[in-house]
Amino acid sequence: MAQQSTLMGFVHRRRRGAELFLLVLALVVGIGAYAAVGLGVQGKVPADMLGYGGWLAALLIGAHIVIRFVAPYADPVLFPVVAALNGLGLAVIHRIDLAKQAEGDAHDFAQQQLTWMTLGVILFALTLLVLRDHRVLQRFTYTSGLAAIVLLLLPLLPGIGATINGARIWIHLGPFSLQPGEIAKVLLVIAFAGYLVLHRDALALAGRRVLFVDLPRGRDLGPILAMWLVSLGILVFQQDLGSSLLFFGLFLIMLYVATERPGWLVVGALMFVGGALLAYAAVPHVRIRFDIWLHPFDYYDSGQSYQPVEAKFGMGWGGLIGRGFGDGDPNRVPYANSDFILSSIGEELGLTAVMAVLMMYGLIVERALRTALICRDGFGKLVATGLASAFAIQVFVVVGGVTGLIPLTGLTTPFLSYGGSSLIANWVIIALLLRISDQARRPMPTISDDTAAFSQDDTQVVRIG
Amino acid sequence: MSELTLFLIRIAYLAILWIFVLSAISVIRSDMFGARVPEAARGGRGAGKAPKPPKQPSKRRGAPTHVIVTEGSNVGERADLAQGTILIGRGSDAQIRLDDDYVSTRHARIAASGDQWFVEDLGSTNGTYVGSVRISQPTTITLGTQVRIGKTILELRK
Repeated sequence: MAQQSTLMGFVHRRRRGAELFLLVLALVVGIGAYAAVGLGVQGKVPADMLGYGGWLAALLIGAHIVIRFVAPYADPVLFPVVAALNGLGLAVIHRIDLAKQAEGDAHDFAQQQLTWMTLGVILFALTLLVLRDHRVLQRFTYTSGLAAIVLLLLPLLPGIGATINGARIWIHLGPFSLQPGEIAKVLLVIAFAGYLVLHRDALALAGRRVLFVDLPRGRDLGPILAMWLVSLGILVFQQDLGSSLLFFGLFLIMLYVATERPGWLVVGALMFVGGALLAYAAVPHVRIRFDIWLHPFDYYDSGQSYQPVEAKFGMGWGGLIGRGFGDGDPNRVPYANSDFILSSIGEELGLTAVMAVLMMYGLIVERALRTALICRDGFGKLVATGLASAFAIQVFVVVGGVTGLIPLTGLTTPFLSYGGSSLIANWVIIALLLRISDQARRPMPTISDDTAAFSQDDTQVVRIG
Repeated sequence: MSELTLFLIRIAYLAILWIFVLSAISVIRSDMFGARVPEAARGGRGAGKAPKPPKQPSKRRGAPTHVIVTEGSNVGERADLAQGTILIGRGSDAQIRLDDDYVSTRHARIAASGDQWFVEDLGSTNGTYVGSVRISQPTTITLGTQVRIGKTILELRK
């Protein structure tokens, strides 16, 4: 604790210059990828290079200026890393568009993604502008929890819900279709954080010890049981393995962080294994996914494992430094631009680029956890931890699925994949993280030190008589 | 476009990607190697490598080494005198934290001046007593002098 006093006096530098420098590099990454796609596929720098690059630069530098004004102490690394990932994602989606065009299946997913990105960045700036203090969110604990559950249930409603590729996680609103689960993710983190900040003492202290593990009290199991049921419900009714794992894992990590009790992890892991076994036995969709993971080549001829196996072929063909943009065949993999975008990167840019991408995700998670460490209030700590772990689980689930480490589940690769809801939700997540880190790194407000007056010996006691 | 140009473009792009990742890491290198604390912020103690050693040998045998709570709800809590000024109170920044309703957040402090130790009231509500006298200015205390704060009694010990 003696160190505390020196740390209190330590003022974080703003580092906005460093952020601008990194942002320029990130723009080089994004626009460079676009140019490399043009050179590799069409043999010339794309005609709309200036317009595209200018738009991207204007958008991101605009967001940077907003950060300068409203969150001057925010973390300098998060925003450029996200910008680079998004730029790379846009270029790879454009590359797959070009490959599809060559096959006569014209789509302009990259253009749509750029529109979504613009919306995402605008929402990012708006979040920073409107939300000046993240602690305000604590008031909406139960509101956001309720909203999240409603959003999760929406796809099940007949009429607006839709089943796409076996998973019922979409809703149609007029011309748009979106995945409410992505937005529910952010709301759930806020709800968990608000709930746990209030109840963590009851969850942490009560309970008994069995075999070196502190087991929580029976009645405190209520929320964890509810969350387990929700996750299981998503798994059974929406057939969405990824989201189910994401929500339950997220809740478990936040519970563990809030209470510092490994007992929750033990209980949660057992419940997860139980739920997974149950799902394996009861849901055919899950069983097929699991079998395909174990024996992908057995299902290749029937076409059921065409996608993961082609992805593996692609990544193997790419090798260490990849085929180069234009020389690979990433569009052989169905949904190469959304779920399997990482295999496209692995094929055309190789392991070197995949590692760089994973490093960037690692950096985002590290910065978010660092923010949680230096944050001064419990709610902010928990929100930052929750967002970091949501991000980490999502990347683990999707990258693990694509590379064959774990059974394949449908989650988007944050910032890379084509998909509007995911992109917008992730930009808002980054805005929240920047807001919390701005609050955390800002120098302590000076408390008027009225005790100082007493420590000086100005007042003298005068004895009379 | 020749094979070689494409190869060079690919290598150049991978290089850009990694330059970006590495410069992002270099921006946060203070996370790994610790932040540089400016000389001024280290304050008296930091500039302090020099003045500190002469202080240590001057310590006579029988000089007090720590403050201990002898009565009250926090009996046994102690703080080392070597760390300089000791703040006593209910606040979290106090070296001796007392869970006593009659103690103010920043109640009193114990500081050294030369060989002597002083206790000083920091404008507390219920006052600080040395023996039975409520003090109004820094008061010298010696080994075993009872300092009463609220319902708590503290002493200097060797």
